[in-house]
Amino acid sequence: MNKVESTFRNMVLTLFIVTLVASSALGFVYALTKEPIEAARLAKRTRAITDVLPEYNNNPLEDSYKLAADGDTLYFYPGTMNGELVGTAVETFTTQGFSGEIKLMVGLLPDGTINDISVLEHKETPGLGDKMDKKKSDFSLQFQGKDPMDFTISVTQDGGNVQAITASTVSSRAFCDAVIRAYNAYMEGGKQ
Amino acid sequence: MTQWKNFTKGFFKENAVFVLFLGLCPTLGVTNSAINGMGMGLATTFVLVGSNLVVSLIRHWIPDKVRIPTFIVVIASFVTIVELSMQAYLPDLFDELGLFIPLIVVNCLILGRAEAFASRHNLASAIVDGLGMGLGFTMALVLLGGVREILGSGSIFGLKFINGDGILLFVLAPGAFIALGYMIVLINKINKKSA
Repeated sequence: MNKVESTFRNMVLTLFIVTLVASSALGFVYALTKEPIEAARLAKRTRAITDVLPEYNNNPLEDSYKLAADGDTLYFYPGTMNGELVGTAVETFTTQGFSGEIKLMVGLLPDGTINDISVLEHKETPGLGDKMDKKKSDFSLQFQGKDPMDFTISVTQDGGNVQAITASTVSSRAFCDAVIRAYNAYMEGGKQ
Repeated sequence: MTQWKNFTKGFFKENAVFVLFLGLCPTLGVTNSAINGMGMGLATTFVLVGSNLVVSLIRHWIPDKVRIPTFIVVIASFVTIVELSMQAYLPDLFDELGLFIPLIVVNCLILGRAEAFASRHNLASAIVDGLGMGLGFTMALVLLGGVREILGSGSIFGLKFINGDGILLFVLAPGAFIALGYMIVLINKINKKSA
């Protein structure tokens, strides 16, 4: 079978048909996966909120609100039990990580006490800074049940009460920075 | 060439990573654990088989001068399909591989097979070639990921067998180069013997 000749008409026609078929195939796949992708994203967020809050029975995603902080946005997800506030999950961030931004979900009780913290996103060094993740070490457990009023959220090297991760003081500092940001925003008008 | 030979050449004789040195960016980037290597390898295999299939099917209707743009469109479509499906059904794996999935488009292995093989052979050979090359690539990534995970984290496929950390160097970027270098030496030795 002879190859089609590379005339202008043939080339334009071929590229047109190929891109047309490709784009309709992609449109089809996009429509097919749109909802599962959204669902997966929501499920991840809900899991992070459930992780750091006491038991609740509302939908924190629906009741969420946001505040501007340090050039970015903090998201608040209040959890209520039969209409009464049991805690607020704050999606917070820091830009002071060892390699880029770190995102945390901090669960605060109505009086500002830290209930629990989970890591949403980070790019810290494997084996060192990534120990901030609860799955890797107990570092983040020391924040549980602490009230930042009498538990200074900064590493011991800086005069605070937080035991830094060995060999990862920068990551630990960044972690504290994110937690403080969540706490301050919550106490200064983030509580609703 | 029998189909069996056509299939197995991707594993040793013409292994994409160890012999042809194609697709090294994802190879070095994602292989900090065996499971990541496998995810990346299988995603690439899917794209490779898909693009080989389509390219072989349409090879008689593509004018020579626009064949490369056509191949790229075909490959990019399959990559986007993989990206969307992975995001939808395997979100955890997608978080790990994230950036490297769109980069499959520029993996020379895929364009190389489309140009050098699929556009010159019939449908069956092209699919077998895609499968062999893709699974060979997957094998290389799982091997490299496995070695790095065993040495670096003391685990395999996420199962810990030592407490604490391993040799952290192997989880980091330099470990990828070191491990790959030694594995290439080994494979070359095996290939020389069997040749």
